[in-house]
Amino acid sequence: MYKVIEKTILSENVAKLIIENKTIAKNRKPGQFVIIKMGEIGERIPLTIADADPEKGTITIIVQKVGTSSHKLFNLNAGDHISDLVGPLGQPTEVEKVGTVIAAGGGVGVAPLYPIAKAFKEAGNKLITILAARTKDLIILENEMKEFSDEFMIMTDDGSYGKKGLITAGIEEIINREKVDMVICLGPAIMMKFIALLTRKHNIHTIASLNTIMVDGTGMCGACRVTVGGKTKFVCVDGPEFNAHEVDFDEMLKRLNAYKKEEETSYSKYLKDLK
Amino acid sequence: MSVDYEALKKDRAQEWRENLRKSIPAKERTQVERVKMPENEPLKRNKNFNEVNKGLSEEQAIIEAKRCLDCPTPTCISGCPVNIDIPGFIKQIEKGDFLESAKVLKDTNALPAVCGRVCPQENQCELQCIYNKMKKPSVAIGHLERFASDYERNTGKISIPEVLKSNNIKIAVIGSGPSGLTFAGEMCKLGYEVTIFEALHEFGGVLVYGIPEFRLPKKIVRAEINSLEKMGVKFVKNFIVGRSAGLDELKDQGFQGFFVGSGAGLPRFMNVPGENLVNIYSSNEYLTRVNLMKAYKFPEYDTPIIKAKRVAVIGGGNTAMDSVRTAKRLGADRGAIIIYRRSEQEMPARIEEVHHAKEEGIEFLILTNPVEYIGDSEGKVKQIKVQKMELGKPDESGRRRPQPIPGSEYLIDIDIVVVGIGTSPNPLIPQTIKGIDVTRWGTLVVNEETMQTSIPYIFAGGDIVRGGATVILAMGDGTKAAESAHKYFINK
Ligand SMILES: Cc1cc2nc3c(=O)[nH]c(=O)nc-3n(C[C@H](O)[C@H](O)[C@H](O)COP(=O)(O)OP(=O)(O)OC[C@H]3O[C@@H](n4cnc5c(N)ncnc54)[C@H](O)[C@@H]3O)c2cc1C
Ligand SMILES: Cc1cc2nc3c(=O)[nH]c(=O)nc-3n(C[C@H](O)[C@H](O)[C@H](O)COP(=O)(O)OP(=O)(O)OC[C@H]3O[C@@H](n4cnc5c(N)ncnc54)[C@H](O)[C@@H]3O)c2cc1C
Ligand code: SF4
Ligand code: SF4
Ligand code: FES
Repeated sequence: MYKVIEKTILSENVAKLIIENKTIAKNRKPGQFVIIKMGEIGERIPLTIADADPEKGTITIIVQKVGTSSHKLFNLNAGDHISDLVGPLGQPTEVEKVGTVIAAGGGVGVAPLYPIAKAFKEAGNKLITILAARTKDLIILENEMKEFSDEFMIMTDDGSYGKKGLITAGIEEIINREKVDMVICLGPAIMMKFIALLTRKHNIHTIASLNTIMVDGTGMCGACRVTVGGKTKFVCVDGPEFNAHEVDFDEMLKRLNAYKKEEETSYSKYLKDLK
Repeated sequence: MSVDYEALKKDRAQEWRENLRKSIPAKERTQVERVKMPENEPLKRNKNFNEVNKGLSEEQAIIEAKRCLDCPTPTCISGCPVNIDIPGFIKQIEKGDFLESAKVLKDTNALPAVCGRVCPQENQCELQCIYNKMKKPSVAIGHLERFASDYERNTGKISIPEVLKSNNIKIAVIGSGPSGLTFAGEMCKLGYEVTIFEALHEFGGVLVYGIPEFRLPKKIVRAEINSLEKMGVKFVKNFIVGRSAGLDELKDQGFQGFFVGSGAGLPRFMNVPGENLVNIYSSNEYLTRVNLMKAYKFPEYDTPIIKAKRVAVIGGGNTAMDSVRTAKRLGADRGAIIIYRRSEQEMPARIEEVHHAKEEGIEFLILTNPVEYIGDSEGKVKQIKVQKMELGKPDESGRRRPQPIPGSEYLIDIDIVVVGIGTSPNPLIPQTIKGIDVTRWGTLVVNEETMQTSIPYIFAGGDIVRGGATVILAMGDGTKAAESAHKYFINK
């Protein structure tokens, strides 16, 4: 059992949880994630380790409620316990000094982007952060990211905050203005797909962190597989980060929708049971 | 491992055994027909996850036990990888002392209720039984093993093996499959302080995530683990050695010896076009969702599984058989099909499983191989292009090599495909332990006598050494490794 030490609501659908786990806090690196399972009937879901405090023996996760399991997690409070928590999983980000780096995060992709962007800044890069969401209320971690970014930009689809437009427009603006050495993107698969198309045109090395459906997270099941550079890769052990120009995003998008109907069944049952 | 025939002879010479032997003439014993395992009805059981085999009644067990001739040189024992004293436990059943029978089993087998169910007995102990020489069906050793251990568990009078006083030597076991559990039990008896680290949230390895409830109810595995816990083995779940902490960190925590039983958990795919379409599963994923995550109870449980009318499973081993029978139970009533590239003789699955599958209405498409998967606009698989095969000359495995027949391709409509062609060794441990010797198949190199790896204080066994093998071979490795680890620490 792992205790929730602290909970902060970041927006209507997004919460930050600080959870006790000495082992993971000590050994995790930016870019890695954990798998959480809540109770006997719970499913195993992957969540990025947003931050960790090795001294206190805690890790931070940021969760957006999108369905049954993430909602359950969102509803936990300080003092509650999580029955199963395993990690750190996946390959750590290869952090290096390359020059100017754009960190582009969409929706809840901002949570896992946070530790990676921070690590790139600490490695001595010039960091330009762009956060994007459908509308103002969905922007998270604005202040946290601003703090260490050299330049900071917000884009919303409806123009309710920051600039109006898609994240690709923001990235293109910067590319046209100055030399960019690398782009890191994290968010909905469709967003990463279009970012990859754009940066390929400009020949800029781009990393995408993929959020495929997972079960075990240890390389045992193949649920998380994607095609990268024509080869099948397991996101949980080979990734989650890959060269975005090689990822078959269309295939990934389809695989993400594999359980659409079941997810809806489960979520409406959960919401009914909540009442 | 060698059989201690002297000790066996002494046991056999006991008065009660002699009297029992004399009570019925051998001739009469051999006239008794082999017991038939009571089973749930095929067309009912293929709609639920209850255990297929119901187990023998006390009367049936005693009658079957009478068939065993209590041979002076019991050949059956040499067929059992852990050398169970087979006539010894069977004669206790004949005598009616079922609890004592269970104790005999536990002397050499930490998981008799599991082995009685899933051992390929027909190729092991039962194959070596003297009855085969008489052209008669062998004694039902597996059924009797299951009977005695079930009896013990059901009466709640489980005997916990004696444990020597702690010698304060800390041992870490990586993986809680049958090899790890057996090693842990043996070391614990000898006084070592054993901790098992398991990556998943439940203990048992393939026994809990792979083999389905209808063949091996999970409560049985749990009961065996409880016994080990009572003996003093410590269990740590959600801990991946090599990720949560490395070996060096465990050494810093005082662990002096290690056993790697991390299994062969990596699914293999065939690299056929379209294999990453939606609704194409590896059997590991399919079975893990259903067994470990209980997706068959969705939406009561949170993990979903796609339930479909037409399911094809690629492969001919136990894994494929378990997957296809699972698919049937999840409602594949318009076709639950095995697609296998060789013929039925070559199928590696246990005979009992193939037989059960057929009874349950599974279709077999043999000498057939998938060459392409075709998807719909949502990326879901809708057809398999298969090719017919014929058998050519034998290959290295001694089985005749299947060869494609050109121009024989045709399409099969399908909703779900499960790829069950086998698994590879889990690479994490070989990759993260510096300097450990690995074969080109990714298995760990061990001395076959001692199960010692190239690093003296690290032992290994089960599928990480053998590739995909069996429960009882994994357990045999665990026992052997414990014996030699003990020698290693005594001489150190
Ligand atoms: C490596 C990795 C890191 C992740 N890090 C975070 C994180 O830090 N914070 C966070 O909130 N989420 C993160 N996710 C996504 C998170 O795991 C999913 O949101 C969660 O599994 C959804 O479960 P659910 O039962 O709540 O929703 P479901 O009802 O299962 O799904 C609802 C919808 O969410 C989408 N979805 C389902 N599974 C995933 C998935 N694995 N990834 C993305 N979308 C999915 C589907 O489109 C689906 O329709 C991460 C995923 C991966 C693979
Ligand atoms: C579907 C299926 C059906 C089968 N049916 C039969 C049958 O009927 N009869 C039979 O005899 N055999 C059968 N087998 C084969 C048998 O189950 C295996 O040979 C046996 O389980 C191997 O045991 P093992 O001890 O090597 O470990 P496994 O059972 O493979 O377990 C290994 C464990 O180690 C854990 N692990 C791996 N890496 C780490 C790590 N780094 N840190 C911590 N934990 C780790 C894994 O999570 C897993 O729980 C079947 C196999 C499958 C897949
Ligand atoms: S453990 Fe397996 S091989 Fe040994 S006696 Fe029992 S069924 Fe036979
Ligand atoms: S060989 Fe057969 S008959 Fe003889 S002891 Fe073994 S089980 Fe009994
Ligand atoms: S989640 Fe199972 S292999 Fe990646």
